[in-house]
Amino acid sequence: MEILVCVKRVPDTAENEIEVNSDGTDIDRDDLVYSVNEWDNYAVEEAIQIRDNVGGNVTVVSVGDEESEEVIRREMAMGADQGVLLSDDAFNDSDGKGIASILKAEIEKGKYDLIMTGAQADDGAGQVGGMLAAMLDLPYASLVNTIDITDDKKIKVGREVEGGNIEMNEIELPCVLSIQTGINEPRYVGIRGIRKVASVEIPVHGTSDLGLASDAVGEAGANVKKVDYFVPDTGEGAEILEGSTEEIIDKLVEYLKAKGGVK
Amino acid sequence: MAQIYAYIVHKGGVADDTAIELITAAKKIDPDASVSAIVTGSGADLEAVCKDVASTYNEVIKIDNAAITYPNAEIIRGILVNILPGDAVLLLPHDTFGMDLGPGLSIKLESAFVADVVDFEGLDGSNLKIVRQEFSGQVSTHMLCDIGSGAVVNIRPGAFTPDESKSASGEIVDKSSEAGDLAARRTFLETVVAEVGDVDITKSEVLVSIGRGIEDEDNIEIANDLAEALGADVSCSRPIVDSKWLEKSRQVGTSGQTVKPKVYLACGISGSFQHLGGIKGSPFMVAVNKNIKAPIFQVADVGIVEDILEFLPELTEKINDM
Repeated sequence: MEILVCVKRVPDTAENEIEVNSDGTDIDRDDLVYSVNEWDNYAVEEAIQIRDNVGGNVTVVSVGDEESEEVIRREMAMGADQGVLLSDDAFNDSDGKGIASILKAEIEKGKYDLIMTGAQADDGAGQVGGMLAAMLDLPYASLVNTIDITDDKKIKVGREVEGGNIEMNEIELPCVLSIQTGINEPRYVGIRGIRKVASVEIPVHGTSDLGLASDAVGEAGANVKKVDYFVPDTGEGAEILEGSTEEIIDKLVEYLKAKGGVK
Repeated sequence: MAQIYAYIVHKGGVADDTAIELITAAKKIDPDASVSAIVTGSGADLEAVCKDVASTYNEVIKIDNAAITYPNAEIIRGILVNILPGDAVLLLPHDTFGMDLGPGLSIKLESAFVADVVDFEGLDGSNLKIVRQEFSGQVSTHMLCDIGSGAVVNIRPGAFTPDESKSASGEIVDKSSEAGDLAARRTFLETVVAEVGDVDITKSEVLVSIGRGIEDEDNIEIANDLAEALGADVSCSRPIVDSKWLEKSRQVGTSGQTVKPKVYLACGISGSFQHLGGIKGSPFMVAVNKNIKAPIFQVADVGIVEDILEFLPELTEKINDM
């Protein structure tokens, strides 16, 4: 099975506090620790497991600047067979549709049975997988947390729906799936694994390689544009308990007693 | 202003809570907009929902077909492409159905798409100013969306006040004959209902709920100790279940359990909207988190800026000494 997984390099929210920069044009990107988007990492693990079970190839592709090469390399250290970086200044400030258009152009250069994205990334939109499927005119399932390869024509997928229930579907191949976290346990990538792929060449494709018009992507092609970042005025918020830990605990215990939190 | 449409999610003959939130969202885009509801499904359940929704919307478009008794996003996408005008603004709830349908539908309609919208700040010509959040609610953004050639806008459940006025007496318009081709390459098989675990957290009065801040599986003992001292149960947020440290039945959130305790201690939980969506009944909420910027502090009653790994054992000790 030929599998392609779309990955994104994002600030790691487990390692950083995300703050708005001084003029509100962006988040403060100084000293941020970046990593592969968590959802995408589950998707790559799933692709590797499917390949190991039924044979085939896993390609990892990312739209981003040259730094995105490090996440492609990381996913190759995990077990992906090859990586492609889609990078061009003309891609800057693309909206979801722009990103999907770039990915579509790369995907059409090959032949894939299964295309996967993470269910969402840092902006929480969860839009690229569904757009890509519609552009390629392939069937799509979002929020996938189980995959069962039936044969080379169709697969069974479970979608995580409300209440922790799983909606089982049969879907024809080729198809696009957006992968939910928890579908598997992504393997650990050690420094030795990274070293092994350190010198593997990762091709970089831009607008001309992909046959894209530069006004179809980037800011020029976007009908959704980001104006600014801000911290919302959320009213009062929580009463923050202050003092020594002992004093805080005393205050908290009083609250818990009053509210029925201590039996 | 183009016509605004609201897609009504329903189950078992009952409209979802978002049905009466989407109309508030539509009126926030344009107070004078004409807003139509779209309800798809089949049989008596569909009739019941249409009737209910007609008390909120002036026009209810009904699509009745046995093929969409279960809402298959691929089939419904085709129907919506057939019945909506090219410049339609369609509102969907940003739930597991809206996330499945919205992005692809926008491509087929050649419309703009915006996900998980929490507010609107006015329409200037064809530019709609939108408020979203990024990084699980740690920062907000303003977006400008050109709705001139139509738009699909996914609205966060719970973000807009429900319109409970029931002030409309809407007309139900049957457009089933315009649905078109109902073939799909994805087929719904069945819903596998989540297993009930050893503890039913939906019945717990006090919950000690843990998130990423617990850092390691071995540290869950800290939460268990506190829960035991308080006579509480342990619940968690999604990353704990993803790591397989606790069972799915312990997860609070839209993709887990909906809980309604008296007291909720959110320990090392940042407070994403998906997590908060699983907490009902306005419990007294205590948030313990070392990151003062965590969104949980905006919704908690009491906040404590400490590392849970140090704070919780001390709290447990104090309670055991009482």
